[in-house]
Amino acid sequence: MKPNSGLWRDAFKRLAKNKLAVSGAVIIFFLVLVAIMAPLIAPRHYSDADFAAVYSPPGALYPLGADFLGRDLLSRLIYGTRISLQVGVLGALSAFSIGILYGTISGYFGGNLDNVMMRIVDILYAFPDLLFVILLMVTFKSGYGGEEAAKNPLVLGLVAIDKQLGGMMFILIGISVTSWVGMARMSRGMALSLREREFVQAAKAQGAHDFTIMARHLMPNLVGPLLVSVTLAVPGYIGTEAFLSFIGLGVDPPTPSWGAMVADGYQAMRSYPHLAIFPGLALAIVMLSFNFLGDGLRDALDPKIKQ
Amino acid sequence: MIGYVVRRMLWAVPVCFVISVITFGLMHSIPGNPFDKMDKPLPAQVLKQLMAHYQLDKPVYMQYLQYIGNALQGNLGPSYQYMNRTVNEIIAGSFPKSIVLGIMGVAVALIIGVPLGIVAAVRHNTAMDYLSMFIALIGVSVPAMTMAWILIWVFALKLGILPVARWGSVQQAILPVFTLGVGGAAILARLTRASLLQVLREDYIRAARAKGVTEWIVIVRHALRNALIPVVTVLGPLTAGMLTGSLVVERIFAIPGLGKYFVESVNVRDYPVIMGTTLLYALVLVAANLLVDITYYWIDPRIKMSKN
Repeated sequence: MKPNSGLWRDAFKRLAKNKLAVSGAVIIFFLVLVAIMAPLIAPRHYSDADFAAVYSPPGALYPLGADFLGRDLLSRLIYGTRISLQVGVLGALSAFSIGILYGTISGYFGGNLDNVMMRIVDILYAFPDLLFVILLMVTFKSGYGGEEAAKNPLVLGLVAIDKQLGGMMFILIGISVTSWVGMARMSRGMALSLREREFVQAAKAQGAHDFTIMARHLMPNLVGPLLVSVTLAVPGYIGTEAFLSFIGLGVDPPTPSWGAMVADGYQAMRSYPHLAIFPGLALAIVMLSFNFLGDGLRDALDPKIKQ
Repeated sequence: MIGYVVRRMLWAVPVCFVISVITFGLMHSIPGNPFDKMDKPLPAQVLKQLMAHYQLDKPVYMQYLQYIGNALQGNLGPSYQYMNRTVNEIIAGSFPKSIVLGIMGVAVALIIGVPLGIVAAVRHNTAMDYLSMFIALIGVSVPAMTMAWILIWVFALKLGILPVARWGSVQQAILPVFTLGVGGAAILARLTRASLLQVLREDYIRAARAKGVTEWIVIVRHALRNALIPVVTVLGPLTAGMLTGSLVVERIFAIPGLGKYFVESVNVRDYPVIMGTTLLYALVLVAANLLVDITYYWIDPRIKMSKN
């Protein structure tokens, strides 16, 4: 029994006809391949510095030029794909999963529980996301430098993971902690109205457990709209990481984040404009692709909107 | 109406309280102290004196209560980094610049975004529509750091008609304001278009057309009034976007606004400045959302009906 295959198959057909959405999906797929195969296709390692090539313009040896330490820009760009996509995917996953659970529970049960849960969301919503992420970053990052921290095995473990991720862990935590709030609000609104519908009432009358109703009857109906919102939110997560790395609160050097590369590029903008424009355009392209895909998904899943 | 406004304003109190507790708690949970990042380690005696001077040797909840007590009286404390300036002075010097930047950014967003959305909706499914929406999609997707780079490169470095950075003159304001506003403009254009398209399908629009009202009047007098209601609601999140956008823009264009001090204070753990700026940002956001909600309540009679 595949209760939803009709809806999804139709939506997929509509999506496949949308040229912009398909091109977005193709670019994202291509970037995922680039990210996975980065060590194979990058001409050099991202931290290899060649001091003879400092600021060299695009040419045979360095296809996109080299930066202020003589590192190959193309290789850094290729490895940078990993950072942006990881942030985007993990942000989307946590936003989707936490958002749908929280929102469904709040909307379905209603009453005091709903009140309390939504007041929490309201407060988090009022907290400027980015300020919160920045505070988290600073708390944790400067936290593990201290002597007290060095004795704590948990902190040491986290530090080791963070080092492995190139200093990205706390960005991921920060984005996860903030990104679900909007999705929870949305899910709750939809759950609230679905709860009153006949098919839910029927399931209740048959004695279905609350958990079953939420998992089988409410959540599947929320997946489509949430998928659209989350896809459209991915550029925001990628932008947040780029922004943090741009102001120097993001990944640890020499990890190649596009945001950090743009920041490096600004330092030498007058003489070497090529440094900032390649990572800057890469950011724009990946964000544009997700927006294309998200718009296409929305039109595909809700054909009423586009006529 | 008044009851609603008062209720909404009272709600801002717990919001600000929770934000202050979280910020304060996070800040003070960092091991070490604000003075251990100095070039040379301070002698133990000096450090002790400093900690006592700023009352950092007291329990955290005491520090918090004292801070909030002072803050409620309008005293946000001294800055640790700028030894002879108070947080009040720093905010007084930098906040007006950020506010001007933000308001002009919102204005640019409205002036570009709303007309673009109207044109797209009125010329629905024509080349005009597709072009506007394509521009809007690019506007949404290009991050401020890339947008600023392109603008600086074209207008400041190649054409040489606008200054690269700094703040003070009208010419200097053009590039940062445009960088800040263009993202919002794109969001507004998309929203205006969607909302107007929906309204144009309503029966009362058909009625207006049927009685022979010119298309121009139908759009301006009948459709836009209702179509712009959702646009008002997005002004809250838009203000939030301006806040974070200003952090980037102020850095790129070397504008000594609040964003600069926020980022700087976070890096050197200047507790009172972090607290002051975060609270101020939160307050701006809460106020913006409040204003939006009240405007919404005021312009859309359907909400009043459903509340009663």
